Amino acid sequence: MVLTINHFLALSAALFTIGVVGIFVNRKNIIVILMAIELILLSVNINLVAFSVFTGTISGQVFAMLVLTVAAAEAAVGLAILVVYFRNRGDIAVEDVNMMKG
Amino acid sequence: MDFTTLLNGAGSELFLAIAGLVGLTLGAIFRDSFITLSYRLAAFTLFIAAFIAVLTYEGGSAFNDLIVSSPFTNYIKIFCYSLAGLALLISDGFMSRHKTRRYEYPILFIFSALGMGLILSSANLMTLYMGIEILGLSSYILAAFNRDSPRSSEAGLKYFVLGALASGLLLYGASLIYGYSGSASYRDIAEFASSEDVSVGFIFGLVLMISGLAFKVSAAPMHVWTPDVYEGAPTPVVAFFATAPKFAGMGVFAIILFTVFGSLIEDWQLILVIIATLSMLIGAFGALAQTNIKRLLAYSSIANIGYATIALSVGMELGASPLLLFMTIYALTSLGLFAGVLAMRRSGGMVEDINELSGLYKAHPGLALGLTLLLVSIAGLPPLGGFWPKLRLLQISIEADFLWLAIVLVLSSVIAAAYYLRIIHVIWFKPALEAFEPVDRSVRLIVLVASLAAIGFLIWIGQIEALTDAAASSLS
Repeated sequence: MVLTINHFLALSAALFTIGVVGIFVNRKNIIVILMAIELILLSVNINLVAFSVFTGTISGQVFAMLVLTVAAAEAAVGLAILVVYFRNRGDIAVEDVNMMKG
Repeated sequence: MDFTTLLNGAGSELFLAIAGLVGLTLGAIFRDSFITLSYRLAAFTLFIAAFIAVLTYEGGSAFNDLIVSSPFTNYIKIFCYSLAGLALLISDGFMSRHKTRRYEYPILFIFSALGMGLILSSANLMTLYMGIEILGLSSYILAAFNRDSPRSSEAGLKYFVLGALASGLLLYGASLIYGYSGSASYRDIAEFASSEDVSVGFIFGLVLMISGLAFKVSAAPMHVWTPDVYEGAPTPVVAFFATAPKFAGMGVFAIILFTVFGSLIEDWQLILVIIATLSMLIGAFGALAQTNIKRLLAYSSIANIGYATIALSVGMELGASPLLLFMTIYALTSLGLFAGVLAMRRSGGMVEDINELSGLYKAHPGLALGLTLLLVSIAGLPPLGGFWPKLRLLQISIEADFLWLAIVLVLSSVIAAAYYLRIIHVIWFKPALEAFEPVDRSVRLIVLVASLAAIGFLIWIGQIEALTDAAASSLS
């Protein structure tokens, strides 16, 4: 079997969907949401690298490097905010993030 | 690439980037003794950056066309940097009273200003994404900056999760656009978009990018984070969120839709019309039930973004100049209103219920008058500043045969006037509660500047319109 661009696009779309669904369906804790965000960013990387190879342009691979960097920064900021939140509330269950409503 | 072209293209961004790094270094060396100085230096830095944007108003391109600035982007940048500087000025008192006065705070303002400059000047999907993330990451930290307050950290957490999702959507869209057009540069994408090869995947990428950007400017249906984040985040930070990033976001929305995807207007126009309608209605009806003034102003900002989206949906020729006009007066007024929220301080600390504004006219008559002017202006009642841009929006929506949008605009303005007038009623006619605490001088100054701007708009509307027309004509 020859791998075509569509195989990569399907894989990336599947990962992206799992990531988005993971944010909304998840009822347990916020760490899972951080993992889902990471999944979304990395699914985009598959897209970018596959496109880069199949269109023969290099900018997709440069873009993928930038996305990796941003993903690391985003995880750092997200975990930092989560630690602050945990100190204030003593819990990171998703259901309890509801002080403000209306 | 010589130094002059570099400065013309990216002068203010380079300055902000260097200033931010120097500030971090100084903060790491001098720690707590640097705090007072850092607030002043950062505000000064932001005003200098605005001044650099004035000096290099004609713009240029830098870094191999990764960054391209024009009068359109520089017009917006001048306001974004100055608004960030003004929001920083009113932060000092609030932050020291809440014991969260740290040197990182002003530096995060500088970095978010850098993010705004980058997204506006981006001429490539990579620069756009990096700018959005620089702005976004600093905003998440700023929202959670009052780290001993459960509300502030919850606001930061919500903003982070939803913001990361939105930039994920935008990024996925960008990757599809890159894949189908074969290039990440705006010019090549625009060329591809006007060719015959446009496929469903490309349009799908465009739609995902629109939803990501709509989140950043809090347009419905991506608005759900706005009231919660505005309620929980520290008030000066909210004053910043509601003004500068909104202006920059609408600017980059205009650049992407008008110049990059201008030839696909038939494909995106309906989406923008729906976003505008939903934002106007949700903003108007959502605010009616609110008792917290920050939540109310959050819905008011959703409604105003809805009005501005009308200018996007009518296309470049009609919409670009009214968009700048409307966002200018909205951002200035909004900053003044949030400064007014900072004046709501009783002996027990900050209060945020609308009824707590009662008796303001006795305690601070000047402030009460200024806030009244601002509220009348943002409600769009003639003859104050807010009326003229709204009239322009009404005109262009009729000219572009979007009667539907014109009707919703008027309807939403009438409903919104009800809650703005309710605040004025509380300020002037409700019996006074316990005494107010004294108000910071910087807060008075900002309310004064904003209300003078609302009156100045009335007088110099012709000149300002000439300026926005000239800036808009550079967009192509």
